[in-house]
Amino acid sequence: MRFPKRLGSLSQEQIVFLITICMFLVFSLTLDNFLATSNILSLLRSVAVLGILGLGMLIVVLGRGIDLSMVANMAISVAWTIQLVRVGMPLGWALTTGLGFSLLMSAITGVLIAYAEIPAIFATLAMGTFIYGFGRAHLITGTDVVYLPAEFGWASAIGQGKLAGIPVPILLAIAMAIIAYLFLRYSKLGWNIFNIGDNQSAARISGIPVRPVIVLKYVLSGGAAYVAGLITATAVQSMNTRIVNSNMIYDVILIVVLGGVSLSGGRGSVRNVIVGTLLIGVLVNGMTIMDIQYTIQNVIKSLILLLAIVADSLINPRDEQTGQQGDI
Amino acid sequence: MSLATNLKKMRYRYFPDHVVGEMLSKNWIDNAIPFAIMVVVVLVFGALLPNFYSASNLGILGRQYGELGLVVLAMTTVILVGGIDLSVGSNFALGNFLMLYCLNLAHLPVGVSALIVVAVCGGVGLINGLLVGYLRLRAFLTTLVTLIIVRAVVDLLLLEYAQDMSMSFYSSTLWDLMGLGGLGQIPFSFLVLAVIAVIGHIVLSRSGPGWRLLAIGGSRRSAYNMGLPVRRIVCSAYVVSGMLVGLAGILYAARLSGAGSDTGMGLEISALTAAILGGNSLGGGRGSVAKALMGALTVLVLTNGVLRLGLNSGSGPMVLGLALLFAVFIDVRWLKNRHKLLNKVYVSPTLMEMPEPRTTAEGPLTVNDRLSDVEVIALGEVESPEDVILDEDDYLYSGSRHGDIIRYAPPDYKTHEVYAHIGGSPLGMSFDKDGNLLVCVGGMGLYMVRKEDRSVHLVTDETNRSLFSVVDDSRLRLADDLDIAPDGKIYFSEATIRYEMHDWPVDALESRGNGRIICYDPKTRRTRTLIRNLVFPNGVCTSHDGKSVLFAESWGCRINRYWLEGPKKGQLEVLLDRLPGYPDNINRASDGTYWVAIMGMRSPALDLALRMPAFRRRMARRTAADQWLYPNLNIGCVVRFDDNGEILESLWDRKAANHPMITSMREHKGWLYLGGITNNRIGRIRLEGRDENWSGWSSYWGPNRGPNKGKGRPAA
Repeated sequence: MRFPKRLGSLSQEQIVFLITICMFLVFSLTLDNFLATSNILSLLRSVAVLGILGLGMLIVVLGRGIDLSMVANMAISVAWTIQLVRVGMPLGWALTTGLGFSLLMSAITGVLIAYAEIPAIFATLAMGTFIYGFGRAHLITGTDVVYLPAEFGWASAIGQGKLAGIPVPILLAIAMAIIAYLFLRYSKLGWNIFNIGDNQSAARISGIPVRPVIVLKYVLSGGAAYVAGLITATAVQSMNTRIVNSNMIYDVILIVVLGGVSLSGGRGSVRNVIVGTLLIGVLVNGMTIMDIQYTIQNVIKSLILLLAIVADSLINPRDEQTGQQGDI
Repeated sequence: MSLATNLKKMRYRYFPDHVVGEMLSKNWIDNAIPFAIMVVVVLVFGALLPNFYSASNLGILGRQYGELGLVVLAMTTVILVGGIDLSVGSNFALGNFLMLYCLNLAHLPVGVSALIVVAVCGGVGLINGLLVGYLRLRAFLTTLVTLIIVRAVVDLLLLEYAQDMSMSFYSSTLWDLMGLGGLGQIPFSFLVLAVIAVIGHIVLSRSGPGWRLLAIGGSRRSAYNMGLPVRRIVCSAYVVSGMLVGLAGILYAARLSGAGSDTGMGLEISALTAAILGGNSLGGGRGSVAKALMGALTVLVLTNGVLRLGLNSGSGPMVLGLALLFAVFIDVRWLKNRHKLLNKVYVSPTLMEMPEPRTTAEGPLTVNDRLSDVEVIALGEVESPEDVILDEDDYLYSGSRHGDIIRYAPPDYKTHEVYAHIGGSPLGMSFDKDGNLLVCVGGMGLYMVRKEDRSVHLVTDETNRSLFSVVDDSRLRLADDLDIAPDGKIYFSEATIRYEMHDWPVDALESRGNGRIICYDPKTRRTRTLIRNLVFPNGVCTSHDGKSVLFAESWGCRINRYWLEGPKKGQLEVLLDRLPGYPDNINRASDGTYWVAIMGMRSPALDLALRMPAFRRRMARRTAADQWLYPNLNIGCVVRFDDNGEILESLWDRKAANHPMITSMREHKGWLYLGGITNNRIGRIRLEGRDENWSGWSSYWGPNRGPNKGKGRPAA
């Protein structure tokens, strides 16, 4: 199949962005209230959590990895924080402990991947299972859902508050996107992540401390997961740990890949994640307004993802000679 | 002799050190860790759970194992080709729903329904296959998408039909047999799995398609460049995966007769875990059906066991996650370090007490300069002529390390041509009665170059496999030298069964009896191993009377005689020992005696090290291979001895001027021709007072020798 030359020069990110704009226009024309400020804000707010998780995933994926334990980490660390506040720990301490737990777990994941050399897919899968199991067995016992107590105080504003009319989750997501952008673009560590993702052996030979950087990558994604979890929990006044069994982690991968980040590492930027997040946001919002059933929404989302990767493979065909071995 | 010495001797005589290394070098050892994990898991839960080993519990487990095993096989098929199939869980749910739908609502017979289900699930596999195989999408993402889509489809279908389905209930003998019965105590689904596993094993390990599958998984690029239909094979792997999952779905439907939204939920994780736990490598190319089955059993017992222990709700996943991490960690480490470990332990030196060598200061072995005026042939034009031989027309033949046999024209041997190209390094050579050249080729076996057309033929490259040898000793690794008995049987030596040709120094370091004498009978075309456990058997020569074979054991510094006939038939005796160096080829001399080449001299340091096997083992483990103690192969000599084992004379090149390194020599019409494996030349020297008409071939097959009197030389 041959595409005209101009189309051939489009990247997947641009294709997805075009699709997003088209859908945005279609929805604006066909759906009532779609363009209303309140709807746009709620659209953004609904994907803020996904976007933050996507940023964490982006950092991991850029360094040629994947983090399937993010949702479990997010659910358990935040649920434990809430549980600690409920049993009387001061809010500050509880938040610190929860964050510490999240960072510790992701650091363990990182060590397993960097030092024990367990494949990332597998290590994060197992750590996700372990974190969920450990949390349910020893940190929050007896119940699936932990409700936010009144003592949560100012921290409930993370999910519910507004600043200058804009919901805090959106601001947080934007702030984190800027930080991630600056980190990846201007810091040496950020560059090292790219280098490792591009060619780990070359990075090692040229003196980059490959293993510590890999651990750091997962710690950063653990931090992002904790922030996303706080937003989720404070927005709905509870943390449901059964979220671990849902398709959420797949959605996170979806927005990262959709935007054109290469799962084999080294290619991608914050912009790609934003584009992917916006597409999902517009899509889900539109479908919700149209009152489409949740399962069908899933199908549509998946089909769009499929379309994006098929288009990518047709426009930028992968060559048998240059394909990387073991790249699944 | 002290007790300690005796104990040391016994230990090295009876304890099979080398077996550990040999086992590590086998592919099946990869299964050791998954197998151990499986055994530990079964034992632990067998001890923790009451009635674990009861018939009813095993029956239930067996039935579930049949289903999980099929799904794991499906996942393994795809992993082997270098992909991953996350859609197995929802495809399984689809198969389960569809089967129940066909039976309960469409009222189709069981057989037809099963075919439909397998076809539809195979169709889902086909979609994956087209996307991943032909469009080259990423397997992880693509199957993730199909996972979500198929799951959503199943959910929609359930919404539509669940109520109707729960109202009707299908029952038939076959269906009940599938769900509840089996063959005696063995559940039906287990039998299905067994049949599929046997077929899968044969296909994967013994058939072209299976090998191609593994080749693509091992290196897709190389497979593509080799011309394999990569895309088609990848695609078909996904189809097979889908069909297997469909089959599992049918069995699940037969067992539970119910479809729920959580059917097959997370099954992809269990299957992936099982496949990897079993030792199939993520990324492809390495794995087997047996590994898949071991992994499936481990995961099944683990998940069921944790569930039945009745711990609080989080403990199951916690234990599963931990076990998984631990097992994968071990497996990854094992894969990474197996070869390092193998390198460390493969070399297993043994005790070798060398007797004091004969003196070279006086007597027949006295060092002299008789080889210093050697005439040099083909200087710089030949590389490593291990053996030299002459035919009746005085043409000189030698091997070269480029895999050729080179022929030099008489009388001055200034011109040469490639007589035949063999491909491996030619070592010992011999002419048979018809003038065909028989050659031992290192790494290849015994070959023959026909006289008429110089065509190269394989004579033999394998012998009988011995019963308890861990390494495959049926292949010939290092056929070294040969000779032909009067009855036409070919006796040849294989220097070592544990090392390749260029690792001969390591075999010397080991000094274990790794070599053997093998006999090939041209009449029956059979190859049999005659004598085992020889220390680097090297030169072979039939005695002048044709009743015995003489052969050298290089690192043992001795020459043995093996009786072919007469009163001592079948017996082995040491003819000549305590040589001062390492004997190589043996050939007949014109006066009824024998020449033997000494390829290098013993050194006191190595002799001492041979008495200290633990020292040599430490050396092999802790220092780099180029710093090990090796036998010296720089200076040697030619020795003549007789049938009584008496040394008669020796020829040396004390100043190392022309031809110090010697691995073979041939007497021919008053001259002695010399070859050496590390040389760039062939030497010849005029011998005083020898029979000017004597040649090697006539000594074996000529009118005045041997049992074939009067036949004369073969037509030129």
